[in-house]
Amino acid sequence: MNEPRQGPAAEPQPFTRSEMMIVAAARELAGQRVCFVGVGLPNIAVNLARLTVAPDLELVYESGAFGSRPERLPLSIGDPSIVTGATAIVPMFELFSFYLEGGLVDVGFLGAAQIDRFGNINSTVIGEYEHPKTRLPGSGGACEIAINARQVFVIMRQSRRSFVDRIDFRTSPGNLGGAETAARIRREQGWLGSGPSVVVTDLGIYHFDDAGEMRLDSIHPGATLEQIRETMGWDPRLAEPLAATPAPTETELRLIREELDPEGAYTK
Amino acid sequence: MSKVASMREAIAANVHDGDVVAIEGFTHLICFAAGHEIIRQRKRDLTLARLTPDLIYDQMVAAGTARKLVFSWLGNPGVGGLYAIRRRVEAADPAPLELEEYSHFGMVGRYTAGASNLPFFPIRSYFESDLPKANPLIRPIRSPFGEETVYAVPPLKPDVTIVHAQRADAAGDTQMWGLLGCQKEAAFAAERVIVVVEELVAEEVIRADPNRTVIPGLIVDAVVVEPWGAHPSYVQGSYDRDNRFYRDWEGISKDAATTQAWLDEWVYGVADRAEYVDKLGAERTAHLRPTGAAPSGSVDYGTYR
Repeated sequence: MNEPRQGPAAEPQPFTRSEMMIVAAARELAGQRVCFVGVGLPNIAVNLARLTVAPDLELVYESGAFGSRPERLPLSIGDPSIVTGATAIVPMFELFSFYLEGGLVDVGFLGAAQIDRFGNINSTVIGEYEHPKTRLPGSGGACEIAINARQVFVIMRQSRRSFVDRIDFRTSPGNLGGAETAARIRREQGWLGSGPSVVVTDLGIYHFDDAGEMRLDSIHPGATLEQIRETMGWDPRLAEPLAATPAPTETELRLIREELDPEGAYTK
Repeated sequence: MSKVASMREAIAANVHDGDVVAIEGFTHLICFAAGHEIIRQRKRDLTLARLTPDLIYDQMVAAGTARKLVFSWLGNPGVGGLYAIRRRVEAADPAPLELEEYSHFGMVGRYTAGASNLPFFPIRSYFESDLPKANPLIRPIRSPFGEETVYAVPPLKPDVTIVHAQRADAAGDTQMWGLLGCQKEAAFAAERVIVVVEELVAEEVIRADPNRTVIPGLIVDAVVVEPWGAHPSYVQGSYDRDNRFYRDWEGISKDAATTQAWLDEWVYGVADRAEYVDKLGAERTAHLRPTGAAPSGSVDYGTYR
């Protein structure tokens, strides 16, 4: 096997890892129509996509906003800026029943405290449920998004604590124990979604292979395969050939720095 | 009949020790003023229900009002954790806190079932999740019309639901705009309802725009007029979310002593919301006003005689 291409190691880049992660996630949204947006990094990525690769993207927020055009980066997903100028503001009941369960959401964006190789997500507890070492926020809308959005995108930084062999609690199902089981259960139970399709981290981009397992497809500039292996709890499958993620363009960086996150709250 | 009352009267009359209390409002229109009055009146053993406990329940838990939380997302949105709650959950400090946990749609479904007097609400969620193991009240049910299985959640009927809104008339007919969360469902599900508004308006104002009425006075027990009652949350068109406070809470709440000191100063240390707003200061509140106007225009309902 040829040693995959990788970005030049340890060379300082004119952008941060968070900026690269946001840009890579935004590019994955090309061609998508309706996207369920989460707080923080997904929020910036989705808004960047709308301004670049996916001008027709409709932003859906679980707080009950459809077709938002926020004029500032909302700190929370319930910000007044997602209301003013939106296409529709609906009760949460309608958002979850008619839009999400109705099958209108193409992409659901999720974050995670822990993820396993099959894209199963924990955002509930570290440790035992009854006696947690760390009590995390919990599902919010994530569980129903994972099941009902047509596909799921995950954006998160990778580390030995977050990319783990076994998650402590399965908040939101991914490809369960593998693609075959997941496909059978989705069919039997009539899930609308086909599960996780992309995981974007600060080091690379993963898609899911035929076995339903995460596969590293692209490595970000400045990241090395060694770093990638050191920051996950299993030996990752690698695409052949492994691509190099194109660096953020000047336009992408300008939009993030001047319009989407001028204070650098998420991108420093 | 006027239901207008002071916050002190409304809480004293409608919130009792041991009650299930829902202060709803998803990020928007969270009635901190009511939560603070509940703390001042030293209510105890409450079960606090809310999709997102937010800072208000972190404060109410820190003040010792609650024995249990019913919720779906336990965090400080966009910032981090709720540390008074975490101390009780992770370290039973100073006492354990019972948790009953759902997903957002599970909670919305619970209020919907409660409001409609249904025995459960079916949703397409929880498949292959560990949540039903953590909470045995989330149960699979087979469709009576076929082979399909969905998950059922039980009705939630709070003893009292408290909602904040832009305006109401004296009878409690309440209008709001912006994010609507599940205030309507939570109000209809409740035994008693307190509505807290920025502005008291005449009945004619309500009747001029009936599509905007979310809660009818029929189900309302008290109307409290409390400008800035949702701060540091926000009221669409009136004042912005005070994100600075949400960020500050991260530091305040990480330590039990600074949390108590904050409660002493900003809750026990003021008599009511008006004093709290004075204490915030004109500069802080002026900074939270919308940067411009965005009126909706108006529609013509027509007259039909």
